[in-house]
Amino acid sequence: MPTMPRVSGRSALAILAAPLAIGLFALSVASPASAQERVWPEILAAAEGESVYWNAWGGSESTNGYIQWVADTVEDRFGIDLVHVKLNDTAEAVRKVLAEKTAGRDEDGSVDLIWINGENFKAMKDANLLHGPLDEILPNFALIDPVEKPTTVIDFTVPTEGLEAPWGMAKIVFPYDSARLEETPGSIRELLAFAKANPGRFTYPAPPDFTGTTFLKQALHALADDPAVLLDPAGGNFAAVTAPLWAYLDELDPVLWREGTDYPKSSTEQMRMLDNGAVDIAISFNPGEASALIAQGRLPETVRTFVFDEGTIGNTHFVAIPYNAAHKDAAMVVANFLMGPEAQARKQDATVWGDQTVLSVAKLSAEQRALFADLPRGPATLPPNALGPSLPEPHPTWMTRIEEHWLTRYGS
Amino acid sequence: MEATRPGQRRGWLRFAPAVTLLLFLGPVGAGLVGAVLPAFGYLPALGGDGPSLDPWRRLAAYPGTGSAVGMSLWTGLAAATLSFTLTTGFAAACHGTRLFRRMQRLFAPLLAVPHAAFALGLAFLLAPSGWLLRVLSPWATGYQWPPDIALSPDPYGLNLILALVVKETPFLFLMTLGALAQVPADRTLAVARGLGYGRATAWIKAVLPLVYRQIRLPILAVVAFSVSVVDVALLLTGSTSPTLAILIMRWANDPDLAFQFVAAAGACLQLGVALAAILAWTGGERLVARLGRRWVMDGARGGAEGAARIATALTVAVAGVGVAALAAMGVWSVARRWRWPDALPSEWSLGNWAGFSGMAGGPAATTLIVGLVAAVIGLVLVLACLEAEDRAGRRPTSRALWLLYTPLIVPQVAFLFGAQVLLLGLGLEGTWGALIWAHLLFVLPYMFLSLSEPFRRLDPRYARGALCLGAGPNRVFWRIKLPMLTRAVAIALAVGFAVSVGEYLPTVFAGGGRITTLTTEAVARAGGGDFRVIGVFAVLQAALPLIGFLLASILPGWLHRHRRGMREGL
Repeated sequence: MPTMPRVSGRSALAILAAPLAIGLFALSVASPASAQERVWPEILAAAEGESVYWNAWGGSESTNGYIQWVADTVEDRFGIDLVHVKLNDTAEAVRKVLAEKTAGRDEDGSVDLIWINGENFKAMKDANLLHGPLDEILPNFALIDPVEKPTTVIDFTVPTEGLEAPWGMAKIVFPYDSARLEETPGSIRELLAFAKANPGRFTYPAPPDFTGTTFLKQALHALADDPAVLLDPAGGNFAAVTAPLWAYLDELDPVLWREGTDYPKSSTEQMRMLDNGAVDIAISFNPGEASALIAQGRLPETVRTFVFDEGTIGNTHFVAIPYNAAHKDAAMVVANFLMGPEAQARKQDATVWGDQTVLSVAKLSAEQRALFADLPRGPATLPPNALGPSLPEPHPTWMTRIEEHWLTRYGS
Repeated sequence: MEATRPGQRRGWLRFAPAVTLLLFLGPVGAGLVGAVLPAFGYLPALGGDGPSLDPWRRLAAYPGTGSAVGMSLWTGLAAATLSFTLTTGFAAACHGTRLFRRMQRLFAPLLAVPHAAFALGLAFLLAPSGWLLRVLSPWATGYQWPPDIALSPDPYGLNLILALVVKETPFLFLMTLGALAQVPADRTLAVARGLGYGRATAWIKAVLPLVYRQIRLPILAVVAFSVSVVDVALLLTGSTSPTLAILIMRWANDPDLAFQFVAAAGACLQLGVALAAILAWTGGERLVARLGRRWVMDGARGGAEGAARIATALTVAVAGVGVAALAAMGVWSVARRWRWPDALPSEWSLGNWAGFSGMAGGPAATTLIVGLVAAVIGLVLVLACLEAEDRAGRRPTSRALWLLYTPLIVPQVAFLFGAQVLLLGLGLEGTWGALIWAHLLFVLPYMFLSLSEPFRRLDPRYARGALCLGAGPNRVFWRIKLPMLTRAVAIALAVGFAVSVGEYLPTVFAGGGRITTLTTEAVARAGGGDFRVIGVFAVLQAALPLIGFLLASILPGWLHRHRRGMREGL
């Protein structure tokens, strides 16, 4: 893949061009039209020739490959030079914007676009680090249906208010090897029964890894007396609401892999354990990931996925633009392209990435709908009607306190 | 007439130490301020207008901070002690033997490979589903599935210690070699052997006290590095038994930005931990010196022989583990499918290389350019400082040069955020200049370590002779000193280059994510857990510095092919 030579080459050019860019910037400040008042064609025109530094997790070759395709396409179509800044952790980008604010660099920031959701989004929104609202500007927002897919406008219970553009749907599924496991647990209770019957064959990534934390939220949602309280911030009710979760984990812990004295560090590590047969069940936040890994030769072809009858936690991931981004116009064009039917359909292709679309099929034209019609789903991916209900993410305050509590009880 | 020009030059050179110190200590200081202020609640961008002790209270209340500090101290001190013991025992047992010279060659690749690449290899080698057990299973072990036991990572930090020992022993060995050349080791040994002392006992009783003084600073750097290392610890400790450095990374990466204050307090604590470890080491030195003196005085002619042989065996074993870990990554880079319990991949493929050569080409070029430029600038600065010191005598500024080692002692996480704010304030973040400068912070001290002693022990009679024959100081430098130092200069360049190749955090902070090197690409891939890709990057990461060391060992001999006396170098 030819991304990388371009990155360094362009950044060398960028340095040479910096004085010129500052000059142009001074010119553009002179015209007072704010983004909200401008019409889309104007933004498209302004975006041409700009670079977009997109800060996105770079750990997976399938997502990296997809982002490379996006870069090639927006270059051809809009004349935008899209550079994938590969992150280990989204928080790195958040911290970078924060460092820029600390240094007083409120314009011409180094991050143009961030792949983001949940707690990171809340942090940036609370600290006023985001540009927007975007929903009034990006044309493809019209293809979103917040009633059909509520998580496209409510991110971990936090209203997005147009400060981020939906990009893909995530949902917890459990990959397993059908060659070893004939019956799969249908609920969180049955999972405990399975673990007791097969000690050492199940585990989950250690919080604060987000898949691990999501597993805890999943369990809490199923076990809590009244899951509705999870949508409000955690308060004095924390101990009472989470008591069933700790009782459950106390039972589960001794029958986990390594008797709960250690945990995998990430869901990818657990996926590798599934591949080698060190555990029987893994956890994934993407219904299509197992199929993609089979195609890459990283999981056996007998791997399938299952979900709980009670539903599993689902959410949406987004892209957002920092308040001080140097190339907001081009970043908006890219964000809009990412939401478009063409990019969404390609992303849903199991051989590419296997990530479910954020768009509402009902709002698409027949032509656009056809793009999604015959996508290969992959052997391990459940059909949409078998994915079960999507449970909402609890308010972020629950996550923070559950993590700390978990670390105290099982973390050391 | 001729004498005035060198005099002016001396005027310019005189400032070299001061300028170098300012260039490199300024940012570290600014960076530390950037960590200390938020630790006491001051970070206006997040609404912190301190002073407040709240970050420290939260730090103390966080589950596991105390045990993480313990873990850092235990792994760091154990690794440093073991590395030093192995180096000493090996040098004592094998000084002057063929194995001694062979080991130099075997150690070079281990020294060259970046820590993270090596740690990944080790993790795969020793994991319950790793290479070692794959080779032995199921025929010898009876395991049908990977056993559910804590081999790697482990909760006691043993894997971390092993990894650090594999990386630090070659470094200390190289430093010991340099030191040995400065002391009358062979003569001392001959006298001691003549008095009937065993080979290893003679070395430890008579040579070690001379050598230790010279390698003390590198050892302290190893101690400080080992208690604060991030990437290796992240890969090799259990998720429920983190070190302090891992917790700091966790806080710094926490989506809840309020944790930035805790991370800053943690960074200050990490500095304290590094200083405590150094104090503990110097305390241990005194203890060993007192006990050792009695042992030296008792006149026993043997006593260390057996222990030194064990140390030799362990050193060879450690080198073996290192080579096997590297080989594991090499095999992964050409695997398509490699599952438990296959001893070798079931499907091979060059596709990893074909697919990723284009992708890795840009970062590889960046790595090469930044490493070369940093090493060359580092060389110029080090030589300027040393030459200035030689001409003017050891003035206060040149005596203060040991301050250059601060970046090695101060944990990276403690000052990099502050340094990043400084770069942003200057508008330099994400530029090549900033990146090279950030690398120099770490490249320069290591180059200084490797070049200063050869320079200082140059026989002054050559220079004096040339001066008497009418050559000016500059001519003496270019025509006498530099040619005589060719080998040391080549090794220093290779060391500087290798250090630059391995830098991760400084690259991320100064490059602003826009300039990517092999190491940043490799670390970004490590999260995805695809060993085939990681293998490609690990091999590339190892290959570049290795080529550097190879050139450093071949080129000086070739340059001096017409001068028999110089061929072996100094």
